[in-house]
Amino acid sequence: MDYRIAAPLDREMIKTLRAGDYVWISGTIYTARDAAHKRMQETLDDGQKLPLDWKDNIIYYMGPSPAREGRVIGSAGPTTASRMDLYAPKLLDMGLGGMIGKGKRSPEVLDAIVRNGAVYFAAVGGAGALLSRQIKQAEVVAYEDLGTEAIRRLEVEDFPVIVVIDSQGNNLYEMISQDNTV
Amino acid sequence: MIREIEVTEVTQNIREMCIQTNYFLSEDMACAMKEAAEKEQGALGKKILGQLEENLEIAKTDQIPICQDTGMAVIFLEIGQDVHFTGGDLQEAVEEGVRQGYIEGYLRKSVVGDPLLRENTKDNTPAILHTSIVPGNQVNIIVAPKGFGSENMSRIVMLKPAQGVEGVKQVILDTVREAGPNACPPLVVGVGIGGTFEKAALLAKQALTRPVGEKAQAPHIRSLEEEMLEKINQLGIGPGGLGGNTTALAVHINTYATHIAGLPTAVNLCCHVNRHVKRTL
Repeated sequence: MDYRIAAPLDREMIKTLRAGDYVWISGTIYTARDAAHKRMQETLDDGQKLPLDWKDNIIYYMGPSPAREGRVIGSAGPTTASRMDLYAPKLLDMGLGGMIGKGKRSPEVLDAIVRNGAVYFAAVGGAGALLSRQIKQAEVVAYEDLGTEAIRRLEVEDFPVIVVIDSQGNNLYEMISQDNTV
Repeated sequence: MIREIEVTEVTQNIREMCIQTNYFLSEDMACAMKEAAEKEQGALGKKILGQLEENLEIAKTDQIPICQDTGMAVIFLEIGQDVHFTGGDLQEAVEEGVRQGYIEGYLRKSVVGDPLLRENTKDNTPAILHTSIVPGNQVNIIVAPKGFGSENMSRIVMLKPAQGVEGVKQVILDTVREAGPNACPPLVVGVGIGGTFEKAALLAKQALTRPVGEKAQAPHIRSLEEEMLEKINQLGIGPGGLGGNTTALAVHINTYATHIAGLPTAVNLCCHVNRHVKRTL
């Protein structure tokens, strides 16, 4: 099925999404990758508050190339999600609604997705130029010193993704590899 | 005859090559992608390849990197033994070329200065520089920025000689299977067989810079490349890991002499943004 959905996410709506669905996202999403996740974890370990409330929000695992003058952002495709697996369950338990990345996730992340009724999307890896056109605004909102790894708020329009892990725990990559072993 | 080359010429060329290779996919790769899009059977796979084609066009027209991971700059310099570099330090000239290219070309700075302390160097230096001395008075420069989605899924295995070619095939297939969607298929698979631990890895990296479509010269290696490409494309991973028969565009295997006790095998995966550009000074 194809869907157009809004971000931040409507938790009831995302329960209807299924692995393999093609989805266009419009609204506000946030970027964070390795260094930002590490810093958020350290912040939580110190008993401090995170700079943002992740409730119902989407984190896009992405570090853009620099924007030319007059442009919103540079190339902006997904990075490998599994590097954030160590941190994701905690954020999901804190209310994070969805993640956009590419590649496989750990069993712990899958469990946390099911436990919280969340969703993991993949964007097309290596299509950073194409995806940049769907980003209408970009602004650094935390950890500016991390450069490309800072947390950015993005306004996106019809940002194309595919549901890889749905709220029931169906996993598109597993479905594809099982198809090929029979 | 000794030929003098100003190191600023090296800087200038590397600067341009870093930018060029990140905006424009080389002709061999672009053709391979086009061909794959025509042949792909999977519905989602075909759609993804269509988007990747469009992505290449947008990169060209918008002057924006094909992929936001503009890589760590891997540079090969084949230096003729009759060349004398003047006007400065060659290594520094290379770094300066990378620095200028990544800053002026709006390329992402993806390098941390210390692997454990992890502070970004903010100009994408240092580069990974491989030099070799060859006959003649020319200098070949190859710039091949390498993204880490695929680099992270690469591996090296010290096989036993008894494991032979079957062991090599297993390592290649296991590496691709385990990488699955993570390495951004369709891939170019660079394989190094033989040498020592570090030589095998270097052979695999060099294999990625070979123009796609060019086959190995030795008949037994050429047929191994063909067999592996077919087997990899039967894995069904497909473009973006979303299913299909285009998991790899090419398998390039480089070999070298090795020790009686060993069969080092390295597999260096590269995503569909396999950047490599060559110039001769």
